[in-house]
Amino acid sequence: MTLLLAIVTGILFTAGFYLVLRRSLVKVIFGLMFLGHAANLLIFNIGRLTKGAPAFILEGNQTAVEPYAEPIPQALILTAIVIGFGVQAFAIVLFKKAYQMIGSDDINSLKSTDRIA
Amino acid sequence: MTTFDIELLVLLPILLPLSFAILMLFAWKNLQFQRIINVVAGSTGFIVAIILFSTIYVNGIQVVAIGGWKVPFGIVLVADNFSAIMILMSGLMGFAVAFYSIVTVDTANEQHFYYPLLQILLMGVNGAFLTGDMFNLYVWFEVMLISSFVLLALGGKQEQLEGAVKYVTLNLVSSMIFLSAVGILYGMTGTLNMADLAVKVKLVENQGLVTVVAMMFLVSFGIKSAVFPLFSWLPASYHTPPVAVSALFAGLLTKVGVYTMYRVFTLIFDINNEFIGTVILIIAGFTMVTGVLGAAAQNDFRRILSFHIVSQVGYMVMALGLMTAFSFAAGIFYIVYHIVTKTNLFFISGIVERIKGTYNLDTLGGLFKKYPSVSLLFLISAFTLSGIPPFAGFWAKFTVALAGFRIEQYLIVGVSLFVGLLTLYSMTKIWNYAFWQDEKQESEVEREFYKISINRKYLLYSPSIFMTVVILLLSFFAGSAFDFAVLTGEQLANPQYYINAVLGVR
Repeated sequence: MTLLLAIVTGILFTAGFYLVLRRSLVKVIFGLMFLGHAANLLIFNIGRLTKGAPAFILEGNQTAVEPYAEPIPQALILTAIVIGFGVQAFAIVLFKKAYQMIGSDDINSLKSTDRIA
Repeated sequence: MTTFDIELLVLLPILLPLSFAILMLFAWKNLQFQRIINVVAGSTGFIVAIILFSTIYVNGIQVVAIGGWKVPFGIVLVADNFSAIMILMSGLMGFAVAFYSIVTVDTANEQHFYYPLLQILLMGVNGAFLTGDMFNLYVWFEVMLISSFVLLALGGKQEQLEGAVKYVTLNLVSSMIFLSAVGILYGMTGTLNMADLAVKVKLVENQGLVTVVAMMFLVSFGIKSAVFPLFSWLPASYHTPPVAVSALFAGLLTKVGVYTMYRVFTLIFDINNEFIGTVILIIAGFTMVTGVLGAAAQNDFRRILSFHIVSQVGYMVMALGLMTAFSFAAGIFYIVYHIVTKTNLFFISGIVERIKGTYNLDTLGGLFKKYPSVSLLFLISAFTLSGIPPFAGFWAKFTVALAGFRIEQYLIVGVSLFVGLLTLYSMTKIWNYAFWQDEKQESEVEREFYKISINRKYLLYSPSIFMTVVILLLSFFAGSAFDFAVLTGEQLANPQYYINAVLGVR
């Protein structure tokens, strides 16, 4: 499972960077989403995968008994997902507004701020 | 002061902006109230920053374990000398921008939550300066980014949206790289506390992977601080928002990237790693040169200044790449002087725009004859930026170059001196076109400007005058300022101080 997730993470990173480099605004958004998912899955995978194990110390025990799930990566991912959701929602609205104003979703038409005035 | 007082003091730079932002949201229709609260927030923030700074100066590094969690497990806030300086600078900026915003920001923008966003931005910046936890740093980055996204797009003009698209995309990519690097670091060491990381990273068997992670951090912070070749979002976006926002971004935001770079590469990764040092120096050289050449090609007040930020970040990164205690001190002095000077230059560009209605150098002119005081303000800042003695910029550039000479890195010093010359060239360009050349014709906007009441004019000038006074203080008391920078540089070069302070607590 770890290997499978590692491969999926790799594919998501590849696809994400490829899409971010595309000229279409919509594809850039998908690229950003893929990158976000890839980073989250990476942390998830690094935190060791344990199937059906609790992330806390059982009643009566002093320390956690193997196998237990590591709670910190899960907490990190949860935070990162929430933040990512908010940021991506903003990015979608911004890109839509930019698309409406410029009338094209080709990134090469976003040149007015780079031209020497 | 008791321990509790100090703990509260360290928290205040984060809590105050948050509380004021919430307070403003309660009165979101009452702009006058928001303006007053914003000025109050700026002033208290500045005062708190001064108190925090003097406390750190007297009592040394302060550590606060949030929620009482034992140290490597919970989140800690750490205020060492470097954090204290940066908090002081952000307090200073918050104070000056609060006044400057009143006159320069349109009512339409003010209605769209300009002031609460400004406070949230300051909260994010202060949090990033104070935190001692890697993941918490990511969270503060996002707080800062999301409010800066909105501030940048506020007003929704076409150029703003275009700039914001680039800014948002590149910064999100940077955040994702940062997040992945934090994840890998956690996987290797099992901790997120920076001081604990500093100890444990050295024990990692696979040092090659550590270098890979270090490079991921370099790319991520490199995007945020706009170094070569990752800077393209900055000149594309910084000249588009309301000028108060430009000034705040120019002064503070890129410096957060530089700050984290200093923090991570002095504390966590081995300070004597030649590979990292060389990579940083090469990047610094290219950053300085491309930035200043970009500025020389531009023909717009704010765009020239934006490109200069890139070039100046190169100097700060160069001081980091030299990797000695003295070079860190020089770099810190450079950061401080640059925040003040660059902000002031943006303030002045805003004043000029207010008078003439444009930033375009071709249509500007005649300012020296009509507004000698504004010209003087510009002249002082421009001299400072290009490193003319006796202004602060000279001492900053001099010490950075000296740090390079001391460890015989002649090539990079040569590049930095050459870039200083080109900086002078583009400042001369602004001076010649905007101030010195004859006025072409009096514009409609200028006649409007005559009608503005004298009080509002003073309100427009006062932040710039205040910043100029700070520049002059920094110039003529450069010795005492630099002494403190040397102490801070020592602290950065010997991470043991930081580690002991954090891990020794409780």
